[in-house]
Amino acid sequence: MKGMTVIVKTVSSWTKVLIFLFGIYIVFFGHLTPGGGFAGGVILACSYVLLLLAYGREFAEKNLSLGTASKFDCAGALFFAAIALAGFLYGSAGFFYNFIQQQYLAGHNTAFKLVSAGIIPLANIAIGFKVGASLFMIVILLSAFRPEMSGREKE
Amino acid sequence: MTVPLPVFVALPLVTAFILPLCGDRYKRLATLLANAAVLALLVLAITTIGKSYSYQVGRWSIPLGINMVLDGLSSLLLITISVVSAASMLFSVRYMEQYTAKTKFLSLFMLMLTGMNGVVLSGDIFNLFVFLEIASIASYALVGFGCEHEQLEAAFKYAVLGSVASSLILFAIGLVYGNTGTLNMAYISQAIQTRGLNHGLTFALAMFIAGFGLKAALVPFHAWLPDAHPAAPAPVSAMLSGVLIKVLGIYAIARLLFNVFGVSDTVGWVMITLAVLSMVFGALLGIVQWDFKRLLAYSSISQIGYVALGIGMGCVLTAEGKLKWASMALLGGLLHLVNHAVYKALLFLASGSVQMATGTRRMNRMGGLAAKMPFTRLTCTIASASIAGIPPFSGFWSKLILAIAAIGAGYYWIAGIIVLVSVCTLIMYLKVQRYVFLGELPDNLRQCKENKGTMLVAMGVLALLCITMGALVLVPSLKSSLLDPAVQVLIDRFEYSARLLAGAN
Amino acid sequence: MPYTLCFLLFTIGLLCAVVKKNMVKIIIGLMIMEYAVNLFLIMLGYRTGGAAPIIDRTNINPEGLLDPGFIATSVDPLPQALVLTSIVIGLGTLALMVSICIRTYERYGTFDITQIRRLQG
Repeated sequence: MKGMTVIVKTVSSWTKVLIFLFGIYIVFFGHLTPGGGFAGGVILACSYVLLLLAYGREFAEKNLSLGTASKFDCAGALFFAAIALAGFLYGSAGFFYNFIQQQYLAGHNTAFKLVSAGIIPLANIAIGFKVGASLFMIVILLSAFRPEMSGREKE
Repeated sequence: MTVPLPVFVALPLVTAFILPLCGDRYKRLATLLANAAVLALLVLAITTIGKSYSYQVGRWSIPLGINMVLDGLSSLLLITISVVSAASMLFSVRYMEQYTAKTKFLSLFMLMLTGMNGVVLSGDIFNLFVFLEIASIASYALVGFGCEHEQLEAAFKYAVLGSVASSLILFAIGLVYGNTGTLNMAYISQAIQTRGLNHGLTFALAMFIAGFGLKAALVPFHAWLPDAHPAAPAPVSAMLSGVLIKVLGIYAIARLLFNVFGVSDTVGWVMITLAVLSMVFGALLGIVQWDFKRLLAYSSISQIGYVALGIGMGCVLTAEGKLKWASMALLGGLLHLVNHAVYKALLFLASGSVQMATGTRRMNRMGGLAAKMPFTRLTCTIASASIAGIPPFSGFWSKLILAIAAIGAGYYWIAGIIVLVSVCTLIMYLKVQRYVFLGELPDNLRQCKENKGTMLVAMGVLALLCITMGALVLVPSLKSSLLDPAVQVLIDRFEYSARLLAGAN
Repeated sequence: MPYTLCFLLFTIGLLCAVVKKNMVKIIIGLMIMEYAVNLFLIMLGYRTGGAAPIIDRTNINPEGLLDPGFIATSVDPLPQALVLTSIVIGLGTLALMVSICIRTYERYGTFDITQIRRLQG
């Protein structure tokens, strides 16, 4: 699919970085402000979709290929599963147990700071990876629809 | 050694996300991993026989946290799911070579397995909904896997009706939360015991029966099943018809009716009506089909009617106080659930074997395959005899127990309908045997050969189970370890919540 | 009264999914139904004149416990967590149904469901 005019391309190349940074902010501060993994992941995917809309499909695929996005997707999910299963190190009743908060940060006064709440920021980062990669893959694959191909199969 | 319950959900989920990393180049490694995971789940499920405990996720105690509960009913269903999925996975090693993107198939299959295990083990009603959705969406994608004309149409129809069902269930969950203030099934049950059902909760119960009935394909809601099950690849049809409609539909209704909402006469008679309609319509519409898998799909609708009849009769009889007949009706229903899973899976795998050898599903273009495919013919005959209810095979015992329960409770007309539908089922399968295996071999099929390898192993194991599963009722030690705890969990209605609340305090 | 409007939106979505003949319109009807249920769930937790359930430094009294004034005025956060999950599930279903719809157009050449009728009986 073709891209858009020069004005759109220039402005989008400046703003896509800002959108990506905003997405990272929403993911990291998920335990303090509204947002978290899913909302931040959607914004991260949106920055790449902006690239797809402004420059066209081939450029977006060269920038982040489908194979790499698939591997980020699986890595995010496996990271999340690893965090949940790491609770088993603290006894068999520990699936998803917030071991960082209860064992290491319990005594310290960590209210409302960025490094607090144990495994929750790590889980947010994992979900942000997964959702961002998944939505990007969905939009790229759905944009491969070519209407002129449909007439051939009709009978 | 007690297995921590999240392992049943985490193991297939982790496997489902490792498999796409293998990609298309390492297909054999991916197949090996998937088979190993499914066999490991089977072993773990067998170790849960006879135990019953609950697991608080994250060490948050209820009602603040989510718990996962294992009791007799969950254990029986876990074993059924594991056996059928092990057989389907073994069958698909060779069968899915016809399709491209085999690793994606394996990944979706493991996701469907995650969802089903989660539904069976969940102790919280919204958690049940989330796992139900995981299993449903994976199955919508699996039905349309080949991306041919009919498969896409069937997948779209199934997805639309499944989404309507999920919206109804979510609406009902919202109503239950608004009226009781909690989402944990034990606490909801306690609130209903102390305050009784008001209008909102009765409406929620009606929407639950509609939503879960749509997932279970009971008769006014069955329209998606005859299109979806034939269009799916054979191992997926075996899973869908064998376990998915039972776990997502019948298990959820039984758990909600008996343990959470409490039984009543009206609801029991509604279930019996839906069940009788399913039995009759499924059997009558199945006789006129010429497509092999479509006939098997209509037969599924009819047999799910049997299971729902067992649940409905158990509900009515428990509400009236005749506990001996109620436990016999529930025993018949649950035994039929397990039996049907095994022999319907075997029938769908046999139909997949026939389709792979001959390339068609229309029975009037086949014939005389008995000489060319002897093993498939033997297993298909065993399964047909079992589903029609011929004595030493497993299907006879469950239908006998249901009929005895119906007569003992005084409902002679229900026993008559059970026998009539059995005769119709026998007609259906005699038609299958006559047109597929006996008769003359048409010319274009002279080159077809028997399939080999793991497909035969899978079909052979299931056939062996068909023959020996009558022992589940006749041998007292098997019955008391597998079936009686399941029936007991449902009959002791509010014991479920009392045990969980006592354990938490 | 707001609950009745929710139910009305649910029935409009259901009607659209049942009556329309274009596949894309059926998908839109299903999504309207799902969002109606999400709206119903959020409205369950609402408290008139309530505040958002986000804890700030001003809501913690000097011993480190939650201020009872906060508990008395905040809306219920549990339905909001349910709705977040439900929105994600809706997104997954939507993506799957749209991709089935696109593939069906590639095969049949039309979005009209009365012409996509190969399965009979």
